[in-house]
Amino acid sequence: MIGTVTTRPTAWSTYSAWANRHRKWFFAAPAMIFVGLLIVVPLAWTVYLSLTDSQGSVRAESKFVGIANYLQVLGDTERFWPAVLRTFTFTGGAVATEMVLGMGIALLLWRPFKGEKWVRVAILLPLVATPVAVGMMWRLIFDPNIGFANQLLSWFGIPAQPWLSGQTTALPTLIFVDVWQWTPMVVLILLAGLTSLSEEPDEAARVDGANAWQRFRYVTLPLLRSTVVVAIVLRGIDALKTFDILYSTKGKGGGSFHEVETLNVYAFGLSFDYNDYGISSTVLILFFLLIIVLMWMVTHRRKGDES
Amino acid sequence: MTAAVTAQAVPEPTTRRRRRKSRAYPIFRVVVLTTTVLLFIAPLMWMLVASFKTNVDIYDSSKTFVFTPTMDNYSNVLGRNNYFDFIFNSFWVALWSTVFSLILGVPAAYAMSRFSMNRSAMVVLMARIIPGVSLLVPWYFIFANMRLVGGFAVLILSHMFVALPLIVYIMMSFFDSLPTELEDAAQVDGLTPIGAFLRISLPLSVPGLATAGILSFIFSWNNFMFALVLAGASTKTLPVAIFNFVSYASIDWGGLMAASVVVTVPIMVIALFTQKYIVAGLTAGATKG
Repeated sequence: MIGTVTTRPTAWSTYSAWANRHRKWFFAAPAMIFVGLLIVVPLAWTVYLSLTDSQGSVRAESKFVGIANYLQVLGDTERFWPAVLRTFTFTGGAVATEMVLGMGIALLLWRPFKGEKWVRVAILLPLVATPVAVGMMWRLIFDPNIGFANQLLSWFGIPAQPWLSGQTTALPTLIFVDVWQWTPMVVLILLAGLTSLSEEPDEAARVDGANAWQRFRYVTLPLLRSTVVVAIVLRGIDALKTFDILYSTKGKGGGSFHEVETLNVYAFGLSFDYNDYGISSTVLILFFLLIIVLMWMVTHRRKGDES
Repeated sequence: MTAAVTAQAVPEPTTRRRRRKSRAYPIFRVVVLTTTVLLFIAPLMWMLVASFKTNVDIYDSSKTFVFTPTMDNYSNVLGRNNYFDFIFNSFWVALWSTVFSLILGVPAAYAMSRFSMNRSAMVVLMARIIPGVSLLVPWYFIFANMRLVGGFAVLILSHMFVALPLIVYIMMSFFDSLPTELEDAAQVDGLTPIGAFLRISLPLSVPGLATAGILSFIFSWNNFMFALVLAGASTKTLPVAIFNFVSYASIDWGGLMAASVVVTVPIMVIALFTQKYIVAGLTAGATKG
């Protein structure tokens, strides 16, 4: 650096040079520390609580009970296992329906047409609507006495249904609500995938005489696989954790017969309605493991298929 | 990453492929899409219509479509129940949780994208997977000890937990698609790496920032569970206020629907004007494979 004027390093320039040299962590660390403090610490605490009989108040004395909570929860066929089953039913039913309907709508929207903009606006509205308000809205529509759903059925001579207030109909009705709100999300993701596909494979199959279904099944769908997996993972995670529409329509404990009590609702109730922190933490840890295993299975299968 | 970007890359479909299609398909498509749109819109319309009815009219099936509109529900809700406070609370929490998450998340996303810090990214994205309930008990305890429960700070912090991973996820896929040449050129011209990020990459990222910011605002506005536990009487957000509406013995349906319209309409208006960004954000990373 001969010929240049060397300035005495100020505190600022030293700091600036240090920040630039370590910019990778200078940039990433604040967010990582924030996430660490807000997630890792509580998660570790949850693991600890799941091994104690903490109850009533977190500040109250609690005993270390080892894996007793896990044995109790895993042996609980009254609340825990039915909640697991409901979580699977809700997630499976909702995500499968959303994928099928979403794929159909995305294929219809694929090629540009007049009025496309309006359809896109219309499908965006359920997606951004506040879930609690959505729950309340459907609660009115599905009200057995004054709701529009039964009025609609009566026009076709079909007897009134209990919908949300029925012990067996509540969960399917809520699956319907979830499908109404989140199918647009699947449509948008699949549409983004479809738009990024090149035309040639489809064109080649057409020249070879493949019909519309064959082109979809053997050309478009395999090319779209990674997008489909992304849609299933994103929707799956959110559906497993669904809370707002369940709690706002059925309230505490998922209704008087726990008819829509999924794992998330169950754990919330244990924590904040019964203050049973030990058991609640155990349920949450098991729930968390379940989500991770499911997501690993979905994404791992994809990698296995590709190689 | 975005629908806009991919749309440019893909040429318009050729007219050649249309030729062989039968006439039936366009008609089928219009019918099905119209039905779909109606199914998505009708319930929202129903909510809107009910918010202009008296409770007597809501209970009267002969007045399903024909009724005398009234503004009473709105004046009741907005007048008596401190709703303007709840609207402000929701707005305030959404605003600051978005701003702080952008400040923390954007540089992090940049570093994670440029240095391929996949494992670090995984840690942040874990937040999308963890059930929120498992964080609430420890948070409640910690924040209660710090005497923060019921204040805005704890609500903003908890909503950042939703916003930050979202912003990191969206901005990572944005920075992945942003070419590095301009930054490199700026560094050759004498900018420091951080200077190049601040003066070159960041201004180029405005569409990405808008996408991440708008979505984070919407998710915070719509969030229910965290505020249900952590909000105090004076910091209650709109979704919690709506939920409390039904804890009474008989439901004031008209008022409830008016309250629901009040919470959804602002977000839908935002969505209509920023449709492009919302779609880009929701589909971020979906086509990377």
